Amino acid sequence: MTIEDIQNEIIDEFSMFEDWEERYQYMIDLGKDLPLIDDQYKTDSNIIKGCQSKVWVHAEMNDDKIQFTADSDAIITKGIIAILIRVFSNQHPKDIIDADMDFIEKIGLKEHLSPTRANGLVSMIKQLKMYAIAYQTQLK
Amino acid sequence: MFNVETIRKDFPILSRKVNGKPLVYFDNAATSQTPQQVIDVIVDYYSNYNANIHRGVHTLSQEATDKYEQARQKIQAHFNAKFIHEIIFTSGTTHSINLVANGFSSILKKDDEIIVSALEHHSNIVPWQMLCERTGAILKVIPMNLEGELILSEYDKLLSKNTKLVFVNHVSNALGTINPIKTIIEKAHHVGAAVLIDGAQACPHIIPDVQALDADFYVASAHKMCGPTGVGMLYGKEEWLNKLPPYQGGGEMIAEVTFEKTTYADLPHKFEAGTPNICGGIAFGAAIDYMNAIGFETIAAYEHELLAYATEKLLEIDGLKIYGTSKQKASVISFNLEGIHPYDVGTILDKMGIAVRTGHHCTQPIMDYFKIPGTVRASFAFYNTKEEIDSLVTAVKKANMMLA
Ligand SMILES: Cc1ncc(COP(=O)(O)O)c(C=O)c1O
Repeated sequence: MTIEDIQNEIIDEFSMFEDWEERYQYMIDLGKDLPLIDDQYKTDSNIIKGCQSKVWVHAEMNDDKIQFTADSDAIITKGIIAILIRVFSNQHPKDIIDADMDFIEKIGLKEHLSPTRANGLVSMIKQLKMYAIAYQTQLK
Repeated sequence: MFNVETIRKDFPILSRKVNGKPLVYFDNAATSQTPQQVIDVIVDYYSNYNANIHRGVHTLSQEATDKYEQARQKIQAHFNAKFIHEIIFTSGTTHSINLVANGFSSILKKDDEIIVSALEHHSNIVPWQMLCERTGAILKVIPMNLEGELILSEYDKLLSKNTKLVFVNHVSNALGTINPIKTIIEKAHHVGAAVLIDGAQACPHIIPDVQALDADFYVASAHKMCGPTGVGMLYGKEEWLNKLPPYQGGGEMIAEVTFEKTTYADLPHKFEAGTPNICGGIAFGAAIDYMNAIGFETIAAYEHELLAYATEKLLEIDGLKIYGTSKQKASVISFNLEGIHPYDVGTILDKMGIAVRTGHHCTQPIMDYFKIPGTVRASFAFYNTKEEIDSLVTAVKKANMMLA
């Protein structure tokens, strides 16, 4: 599936929720189901700065596609990461770099996009795209 | 008679909604809300007599100067300073502390000792660390116990003839502990050390009498006591303020300037370089008037009631732990739910219209002591109600259910 397809799928899922509670409960559940990151990657150098909660991200490239794994000590943050990983993981670096992020607004998480928001969704997206840029240069 | 419903009408912001729910504002320790009486003073200033002070002969300038100096008088009276020139307007607590720390860099020598407490805000740690780096002085820390109280017997051991300065907050912003500052000051004076008290969190609840306390310096911010942001005060004993060199150079703080030599203005202007926050200073005075009209004893008694009520109700929640359990406490409750990150709790509470603070509250050493990433902090003001606390308790229970 393309990044856009996945985003549309997520928008569909979120459209079923009636209120913030259902939306957040879903994110919390996604957070709980997020596959654990390998402990060896939970290092200080893999921490994303700008988050009130800690976020670790690790990236690997196989067959020209990037796999992301991540973790956080806060569960809502973990839910947000789970959504981002679903969108970005197993995609070509170039597609990740070019990806439009409008879907965040469409699933009612716009408030997390403010740059001052302590969960640092913005810094997470930036970090994932940075990994993509780094791998993209390797490909050339 | 104190009637909270009447008081609430003074605060326009309290009737707004957040995320579709009535706002419950429990982040008062970060900044307090502003009553209409203070907002009116701000509007009046800009509508009627906005002008630069201390240097104009025209009417507006004189009116502004008079009001600004009246505000200084109100602050002097409120804190019971001996002289009006012992009150310096600053941009807030942080500025006041830096002003003093900077001044001491020309007084301290290598191996002099400075004592801070384990309960300090980063504002009251970093400037002293910088001072130590500049001077070679040594920083020592009064430890605390599990209740969040300073261990005074350890303080005794740290004091010596090398101690030059002691810095302690009056009330801890993270835990709410009211520190025994009178005793701390007395002991410091025994060895000849000066004491600065960070009153940022005390002033919304208590009237500090700087002469009775015998504090050498006392600092506070207007925005935590119903005033505007960007203005605060430094009280310093006259002899100390005369000893300290000016902090910033500029207009206002000089007596005479030639290219060969500048002589500094007398107190308080020596420390007030440049055009100050005139409107802010005047509004600070109005905020003090507003709070005094209600009465600090009334405020403290009511807030204590809120604190006791909230403590009891919150402790009924499964897995909830309160950090900071001193018997002497201001209306601040720092807590965590077992196994749940404070950030998650704060996010759910916000969704329900409840404003609390989450994180380390600029007191990382305290969080490290308890080995936690942070806490959820609810801090109450005299315009809060028991019904709002009930909403908080319901919301925390819901967060507990959703996140567990
Ligand atoms: C104990 C304490 N000291 C200092 C400060 C800093 O005050 P300001 O940001 O107004 O300078 C605060 C504010 O949170 C505080 O709680």
